[in-house]
This record gives sequence, C-alpha cells and structure tokens, in this order.
Amino acid sequence: MSASRIEELQESTSETRSFSLGDLIRRRPETITLMLLVAICVIVTAINPGFLQPSTLIDIGRASVVMGLFALGVFIILAAGGIDVSFTAIAAFTMYSLTVLVLNHFPATPIVVILVAAILGGTLLGVINGLLVYHLKVPSLIVTIGTQYLFRGFLLSFIGTVWIMSLPPQMGAFGRMPLFQFESANGAVVTLPFYFLILPIAALVTWWILNRTLMGRAIFAVGGNANIASRLGYNLRTVQIFLFGYAGALAGLAGIIHVCANRQANPFDLVGTEINVIAAVVLGGARITGGTGTVLGTLLGVLLIVVINSVLVMVGIPSTWQRLVVGIFILLAAAFFVTRQRKK
Amino acid sequence: MQKTGGQLVMLVAINCLLLVLGAAISGGSFLSLFNLQSMASQLPEIGLLAIGVMLAMCAGNGGIDLSGIALANLSGVLSAVIVSSFLSSTDSETAFSLAFIAGALAIGFLGGLTNGLLISKLNITPILCTLGTQMAFMGLAVVVSGGKAVMVGSPALLSSIGNDMFLEVPISFLIFVVVAGLIAAALKFTPYGLWLMLMGTNPKAALYAGFPKNGVLMATYAISGTLSGLAGAIIAARNVNVKFDYGSSYLLIAILIAVMAGVKPEGGYGRVICVVLSAVALQLMSSLLNFGGLSNFVRDFAWGLLLLTFLAVGRYDLTGFLFPGNRQPVSLAPRPHAPKRDN
Repeated sequence: MSASRIEELQESTSETRSFSLGDLIRRRPETITLMLLVAICVIVTAINPGFLQPSTLIDIGRASVVMGLFALGVFIILAAGGIDVSFTAIAAFTMYSLTVLVLNHFPATPIVVILVAAILGGTLLGVINGLLVYHLKVPSLIVTIGTQYLFRGFLLSFIGTVWIMSLPPQMGAFGRMPLFQFESANGAVVTLPFYFLILPIAALVTWWILNRTLMGRAIFAVGGNANIASRLGYNLRTVQIFLFGYAGALAGLAGIIHVCANRQANPFDLVGTEINVIAAVVLGGARITGGTGTVLGTLLGVLLIVVINSVLVMVGIPSTWQRLVVGIFILLAAAFFVTRQRKK
Repeated sequence: MQKTGGQLVMLVAINCLLLVLGAAISGGSFLSLFNLQSMASQLPEIGLLAIGVMLAMCAGNGGIDLSGIALANLSGVLSAVIVSSFLSSTDSETAFSLAFIAGALAIGFLGGLTNGLLISKLNITPILCTLGTQMAFMGLAVVVSGGKAVMVGSPALLSSIGNDMFLEVPISFLIFVVVAGLIAAALKFTPYGLWLMLMGTNPKAALYAGFPKNGVLMATYAISGTLSGLAGAIIAARNVNVKFDYGSSYLLIAILIAVMAGVKPEGGYGRVICVVLSAVALQLMSSLLNFGGLSNFVRDFAWGLLLLTFLAVGRYDLTGFLFPGNRQPVSLAPRPHAPKRDN
C-alpha cells in the first residue's frame, strides 16, 4: 500500500505545479498539518519575535517528547481501526509504581534497567487491553474507558496517592543528562536533554514496523476492513495484542520519562491529557476509522498541538482559550479530511 | 434479542439484592426515608446523561455521545452568565429561574444539534465529532466563566427543583422519571423510535428503505443535547454554583450505565426502563460504598471493573445462563434480528 502511494506521489510531483499541490494534499494529508504549523509559526513570530529564540524552540522540543510517545501508540492503534484512551492511566500506573519500587526496595537499580522495566510494565498492561478488546468484541473506546478507570483506581487506592518529590538519584540524573548545551543571549544555560533522542528512535521503530514488516501490513489491513483481513489469514488476536502491547510499552516509557524530566512523581499526573494526544494524531491526518496515516503526520500533529498550547500566551490570547481552540481545530480537521475524501 | 427480558429481570434482581445488602450492612438506616431521598435526588443528573448516551449508541455506526457532561456544564455556565447579566437571582426569583432553565435547555439543544449536523451532514465519525465538541464545549465554558465557578444562587423555584420534595419524593427525581417516560414512549410509539432502532441494526438497509437518515441522526443528538441541558439545570439547582469541570467521571459512569442496561454499543437495541434501573443500581452501589467508608478511588476502580464485567456479561450471554426461563422475547415492540456476527 505504501509503495503504491509513493509511486502515485512521484507521478503527481512530475505533473504541473498547481495540480500537484491539490493532489499532494489528497494523498498526503499531513501536508496541511505542516502548512498550518508553518503558518502559525510565521504569524506568532511576526507578533512576538521572541518565539524564535532557541530556548523557546527547545522548550517545545522537550514538551513534545512525552506527548509524541503517547501519540505514536495511539496512532498505531488508530491505524488498525481502534482507539485507546487508557494509555495515560498505563503511564501513570507504570511510572508511579516503578518509582515507589525503586525508591523503597531497589535503590541501586541502573537507569537502563528502570527504562526496560517501564517498557515491560506498560506492555503487560497494554496486553490486558488487547485481550479484553479482542475477546469482548465491543468498541475499543468503551473497553479502554473501563481499563483507564481500572488502572487509575487501582493505582490510587492500593499503591499510593503521595506526591514523591525526591526521586532516586539515577532517575534525576537521567532527566538532567544533556544532549547538548549552550548559553543563550541573556546568559541562561539552555539544555536539550538526552531523553529527547528517545522520540526520534521510537518514531523510527514505529515507522519500520508499519512499513517494513508483515505486522505493519496486518495493522493497515485490519484498519481497512477487519473481516476481510481475518479471511485473508491475518490473525486478529495476535494483531490486537501486539497493537495494544506496543502502545502500552510506549506509554510506560513516556511515563518514566515524564517522571525523570519533572523530577517528581505525581500519581494524579497525565490522566486527562488523552484527548490532546488523540487530537494530535487526528490533526496529523490519521483517519479515526483506521487504515490510513503516517508516522511523520503524527509527529507534525504533536508539534502543532504543543505549539498551539505554548504560543497562545505569547500572542496575548489568555490560556483559558486553549481548550476551545484545540476543540475547534479537531472539528475543522475532521470536516476537512471528510470533504477531501468525498471529492476523491 | 433473546435477552430483552433477561436484562430487565437481572437489573430488578440486582436492585433488590443491593437494597437487602445495604439494609443488612447498615442495620436498616440504608433504607431510611432520608437516605432514599438523598439517593433519589443524586440520580437525575447522571440518569439523564445516560439516556443521552443510550440514544446515541442505538443509532449505530459507532454512535456515541462523549460530549454529554461537558455540554451539561456549558449549559449551566453559559445560561447563568447570560441570564444574570439582565436579571438578578435575588430580586426576581421566579423570572430568573425560568429564564435560567429555558436558557440551559436551549443551549443544550443547540449543542446537541451541532453534534447532529456535524455527524449527519459532514459525515464525521461520532467518536471524533463528540470528542471535538466535548473539548470545544468545555473550552467555551472556561472562556465564558474565566475558569472560575459561576454563582447561580438559590432563587425559590430553582432551589425547590433541586432540594424540595413532592409527596416525599424529590422533585428532580420526578422530572427525571417523567422525561424518561416521554423518551420511552417516543421510542416505542413513534416512527422515530422504529427508525432509530432499525437504522442502528442495519444502516445500509435503512438507507435503501428510504429512512430520513439525517433527520433521525439530528433528532437523536439534539435530544441527547437537550437532556444534557436539563442535567445542567438540575446540577445548578442542586449545587448553587456551576463550574466547567463538574462531574469529571460522569462520562464513564454514563457509558457504564448504558452498557449495564444492555444497550448494544454497536447499535440497534436499548430500553429506557433498563437504563433507569441500571442508573438506580449504580446509585445504590455508590451509596453502599460510601456507607462502607471507601475512598473515591476505590469507587473508580470498582466502576472500571464493573464496566468490563458487564461487557463480558453481554458478550457471553451470562444473563441467559443465569435466568434460562426468560430467554423468550417479552417486548411487544417489533424487533428485527441483529445481523449475525462471525466470531
């Protein structure tokens, strides 16, 4: 599917410019996301030149890591025609219980082991989601609303509600470890943290799974039409378990990075941000009924949401408008993509 | 549709069991008039939202209304802001109350109609559409109120809806029962009800049969929105203040009630009486957990577990297993067989 899309794309670029632009948008909806992103950046820079400072850009990069990891997980589930709202609960559950575990029982665990444990923990919870979605045969939205409350309720009632302010030292060190560092014009030290690298790596892995493996084929096939895919011999159970397990793994990783970056573990964090993440994926051009979308588009959608969230204040719009603006963006994007399909 | 009667019997049995259990645990005070009244007055807000979710689910094609509680809060907040700009809640109490309720209902209706228009005319998937409007409604409520609670006050009429009794029954509960009855009647005796259920069962066949698809969808979401508006008015009547983030767990609970009532998430089947009974059961359980002195978090955990359990009940037809005598269709309404699902 992707190979033929690339061919079509190459064909379209060889034709006249005015035609190819419309065609490009139709085939690669994330072009619109990119244009929107550039337009917003240009407008904001015109109003407030402070936006283009390296410190602002690095802040945006830093803020998009956790959301980007979530979004990759949501995207891969969306591509298969499902939807997940429990990933924030998985992240909160993994990060908090792992932090408690390390703090109280294994204070000497190296950070690599902690990261792997977070991935494994997230995978486990994700697999529970996958099994439930497959066996209950109801829309995954309803199942994951249930598991969201299940995981979060379990965390808050049986594991703890205390805000942990002093992390194990190796986790704090990981959050501070710099990728590169420089001094900005006003003398403050700006740091791009090392954990930023995890997002591009995760994006590459996701891209590889979707475009270079049989599982990726299976995911898009199931998203296109689950019945036909299962008659073609794809095992729906394996696909569902893989999908939700993978999304859970990304969520667990995102959770532990969230802790390290903020240098505190708050069990009430993260849950409630899931709509922002789904909005980002949808703005990136993935259809909510499945079968389409690209990793690049998802990342652009994440950037768009992060930029909207952080620039509203810079251009003088009160932060109370943030939800309304994002909500309207979702509806506009949905309406736009639907009319685009109809023209086709 | 073999479980039509079974679900009803099971819900009645669950309710009786909970009442007995409550009485046994609390030594009778669970069944005191005061406790029953306070439970009945907590029920309407969530019950109305659950009926809205049920209608949207019945429409099929992935129908669901996630914007319910956000729209309810928006109705309360916006109506309070608009009405108190030209009326004072202390000087002209009746006029303020009436204007406030009318405003909340109108805003709920408009919000629901927006959902319906987006879904039917623009063909946006209901999940995505109501996700977007949920955020937009909540955002609008934040913008209008500046993120703070808006004072409604307690003008006589409004506060009597929220707090007073009629023949020892809370007035808000009576309103809920009447509205639920109206919707049940509309589903059973009007063409709209038949269209809605048949459309949910098989959208393609409904299209070829010439059903007014857009009209049915718009009516469904507009009714759901109006119910949210009514819920918003009742919330305001009970709480004196309205705020944009009231009842953040209501979204899950409304879906839980609908699923517990045997409403099919894939569309085509749902009964109002079951939704009412399952809302009652949930309220009983919630009060029971309160009596047991458990925290809100345990309750969240229990709700999640309960939702998944009832999904499993619906999937494996455990009701038929538990009540084998009730597998015959009892309902008089014409009900087509759902298309067979391959497993």
